[in-house]
Amino acid sequence: MNESKFSKEYLEETGVVQICPEDLTRLGLAAGDLVCIRSEQRSIEIPCVAAKEKELPSGLLFMAYGDWSSRLMGSDTHGTGMPNSKGTDVYLSKVCAIKKD
Amino acid sequence: MQNELKVVSNATCTFCGCVCDDIELTVEGNHITKAKNACVLGKAWFLNHQAGEGPVARIRGKEATVEEAVEEAARILVDAKFPIIYGLSDTTCEAQRVTVAIADWVGASIDTTTSVCHGPSGMAFQGVGEITCSLGEVRNRADLVIFWGSNPAESHPRHWGRYSTMPKGLFVPNGRKDRTVVLVDVRRTKSAPAADIFLQIKPRKDFEVLWMLRALVKGLTINEADLIDTGVTLEQLQNLVDRMKACKFGVLFFGMGLSMTRGKHLNVEAALALARDLNAFTRFYANPMRGHGNVTGADNVVSWQTGYPFGVNLGRGYPRFNPGEFTTTDTLARKEADAAMIIASDPMGNFSQAARDHLASIPYIALDTKETSTTRAAAVAFTTATYGINVPGTVYRMDDVPIPLRPAFESPYPSDEKILRALEKKVLHLLKEKLQASN
Ligand code: SF4
Repeated sequence: MNESKFSKEYLEETGVVQICPEDLTRLGLAAGDLVCIRSEQRSIEIPCVAAKEKELPSGLLFMAYGDWSSRLMGSDTHGTGMPNSKGTDVYLSKVCAIKKD
Repeated sequence: MQNELKVVSNATCTFCGCVCDDIELTVEGNHITKAKNACVLGKAWFLNHQAGEGPVARIRGKEATVEEAVEEAARILVDAKFPIIYGLSDTTCEAQRVTVAIADWVGASIDTTTSVCHGPSGMAFQGVGEITCSLGEVRNRADLVIFWGSNPAESHPRHWGRYSTMPKGLFVPNGRKDRTVVLVDVRRTKSAPAADIFLQIKPRKDFEVLWMLRALVKGLTINEADLIDTGVTLEQLQNLVDRMKACKFGVLFFGMGLSMTRGKHLNVEAALALARDLNAFTRFYANPMRGHGNVTGADNVVSWQTGYPFGVNLGRGYPRFNPGEFTTTDTLARKEADAAMIIASDPMGNFSQAARDHLASIPYIALDTKETSTTRAAAVAFTTATYGINVPGTVYRMDDVPIPLRPAFESPYPSDEKILRALEKKVLHLLKEKLQASN
């Protein structure tokens, strides 16, 4: 972030969704596969990666706050100035597997 | 000059709210080659620093002089019916102060990035009161340290080593051995292995768990069934309550995991009320973990000038505070603002889509050290020098302690403060012209 918000590192960090390893297996996903995440407002397509062992419980996804996570937010701030940005309900589905050469 | 070697002692890192002011920088020309004492984030902040590239000012994408850009920026603000000003958490208090003056002259809404991080905490402070202490007191006294919805190992790496869990203090002479560290979170983050107790609660159950803790502190009877779906057991909570009541000096640091999930200010109110209740038994405090280097300064400066920390409207000639009405996401998403000035922030990269769409449709001014999505779409964009590395001034640590900056070298770009001072002057000039024309 201190280098540039267009740097490869920043874009990679904020441009993936972390899923717990058991959910990856259950859903037939592999790291790098494109998934669709749908919130009440919008849906995005984003690659997934496995979260560190035990970091996430099953059913919980993690995205670093940034451009992609913000696209899932609504605009209602419930009188606080900020829409809910954590702990929101989303649906996840597989879009396609990314071929590895 | 280019290869002159110098050492800057006690330099201040402004990358996160810890604002560590014990960094020793080795500077060669205009490159920082060493940043002793800095954590991994601080090192990246200093060592990867490069002065921005490109022109100092642009008007609608075309290179311009600072004078031309200031003139255009002033015109945008003076001509607007509902201007808004937003950002401010990554600049000096001196620049923040001039910004509030500009907001006052043009009758703008002024809001800071607090509204999208600990804004709910600011609302809760007004509801319950702030039960606060300095990080120096924590370092010297705290024997029970709780982190709730915060991951200091990754977001504030020196918080533990410098202030809260590791240091040997006056009343905790054995440092970490004299302290109990508790982590409460929905994720088992990198901070978890370093805590003595980790409570993994279910998402959106913070309020319920905090309220149960309050009940137990008051001696009320709770049943296991009351805790259903919270992720924690009665035994775990009772154990925590016993520790909280028995400690000599307890502190609960809360992060955005608390302020940004469902319940928001109510979650923080519950945490503050718990800390307040515990003062019937011992000394107990609750402090927010602030993110950006001078977001606390923004709260302080806007408060001391308007009486409120964020989400303040000056359109009627006096300050009105109303989060949800005058906060930036709202004024943009509802399409109310007709001009904006964004300082050291990137709403085009992290606001809701409705807010971004409206910002893109109105003329706005952006000041930033680097190119961002926000500077790219600005009507007027200024490239400015980086505070702390190039610019001196004052910032506030997360515990409201002011800290001076000791910059490493000069930037070819002007500071935010310099641009804002020129802008204030131009705004006043145009307002005077407008007044004369209407008489
Ligand atoms: S903890 Fe924060 S302020 Fe201290 S060196 Fe690391 S990034 Fe900088």
